[in-house]
Amino acid sequence: MSVLDIAKGMGVTLSHLFKRPVTVQYPEQPVQIQARFRGRHHLLRHPDTGLEKCIGCSLCAAVCPSYAIYVEAEENDPQDPKSAGERYASIYEINMVRCIFCGLCEEACPTGAVVLGHEFELADFRYQDLVYGKEDLLVGTVGSKWQRREAAAKGTDVRLGFEAGDRPELEGVDY
Amino acid sequence: MTEAVRDPLFVTFLKALVLCLLLLGAFAYMTVVERKLLARFQHRYGPNRVGPAGLLQPIADAIKSIFKEDLVMTSADRLVYILAPAISITCALSAFGAIPAGPPGSLFGFNPWIMDLDIGLLYILAVTSLGVYGIFLGGWASNSKYALLGSLRSSAQIISYELGLGLSVLAVIMVTGTVNLRHIVDIGIWSISPWLWPGLALAMVTFLISGTAEVNRTPFDLPEAEQELVAGYLTEYSSIKWALYQMAEYVNMFTAAAFISTLFLGGWRGPGFVDNIIPGMSEWPFVWLLLKMGIFVFLFIWLKATLPRLRYDQLMRFGWLYLFEIALIGALVTGTVIAFVL
Repeated sequence: MSVLDIAKGMGVTLSHLFKRPVTVQYPEQPVQIQARFRGRHHLLRHPDTGLEKCIGCSLCAAVCPSYAIYVEAEENDPQDPKSAGERYASIYEINMVRCIFCGLCEEACPTGAVVLGHEFELADFRYQDLVYGKEDLLVGTVGSKWQRREAAAKGTDVRLGFEAGDRPELEGVDY
Repeated sequence: MTEAVRDPLFVTFLKALVLCLLLLGAFAYMTVVERKLLARFQHRYGPNRVGPAGLLQPIADAIKSIFKEDLVMTSADRLVYILAPAISITCALSAFGAIPAGPPGSLFGFNPWIMDLDIGLLYILAVTSLGVYGIFLGGWASNSKYALLGSLRSSAQIISYELGLGLSVLAVIMVTGTVNLRHIVDIGIWSISPWLWPGLALAMVTFLISGTAEVNRTPFDLPEAEQELVAGYLTEYSSIKWALYQMAEYVNMFTAAAFISTLFLGGWRGPGFVDNIIPGMSEWPFVWLLLKMGIFVFLFIWLKATLPRLRYDQLMRFGWLYLFEIALIGALVTGTVIAFVL
């Protein structure tokens, strides 16, 4: 290390002293999330008819490498169908503790019903609160279970800590 | 040269007390300033959670270190183990007292220094050197190999770089012919002759480098070489004893900054041209010394943000083969100029 090199290095660090910090102060400032980020799952509906896309085929459960998905299917009532197919998922649970957010369920789904969205603030206190049922996953539910509990207790809206780019698969999901 | 009237004893005592408290307060906020500045060097914010803009961080840190479990090894030499950090902090705090911060009688009619020693310069060198005992005894009394190795390295480093320090100071002593810090400030080493400037500049650079090594700052912060030493002589210390060592280190940093300002940059005196703006401005107490100290403290932090740590053998080679020689040349050049030119 010559004296000149040290002086040069000091100049470099000094020039960086006057640049803006790149830190995102997360809870206060929203995080910018990439459009392809894989967060919490959404169960989608057909936007025109409002019927669930999921037909209860269990392919997602079969492909899931961490056995995080449990599906039970039932026949649709022809007068009052819940999904667009013959059958629908009467129980659809995803265990968020086991899930590794690999997105294989999304790839396996023949109807594009399950899509990994952008929500990532899933932390909770008990295991049973981390098993997300249909009511937690269907389109229209915003936020994780904990966020919704907190919002209900405070009487406010769920506040999501991120901003994300558009993604066509997430039709009907409104952040 | 103005001779000062001695202060009454209780005033001196009061001043010493206030100085200690000020130094410790400065240490507390120094940690925040340093962390914030280092963060800005790295495009981060640094501590900004405790209180407005993170300004209460030192209070949180103090509470944390006081209430942490105070561990004492069963194999440790208990008395020495407890005494060692006290030695470190005592030496660090007492060194600062000899530094004059203004003209005589400018502190509400009292003198802005604790003691006006005729050997002020030697006193500071001696007391800061005594601080090595705190480090060495701490490492020895911990009865742990990492602590012992770390303390050996730290004391070897401090003792080695004291040579460079002493030789750089020699140039100033030769020029001024006194070791009274107040007189050194009054004489003003740069105003004597331009022929002295090269030697004094060399002395100032070597003094700055060896001063950085003396206070264990980057790139000479070997005690913090975690990969090799865990935490050096601090390994077995926790809680408030650890905090005392940290305090000693930062207070030593202030002392080094004040010492180099006093020796080479005119101490408490401001630059002459400010008298044209407000008459007597260069005689204001505290302002100029604090400003100069601030510059050096910033330099220490800036160095920490820039330079990597030296390896132990590089540190020793640099100290003995380069710094020592350069400081010697500085002293020789100054001496030659005094002997043959002036």
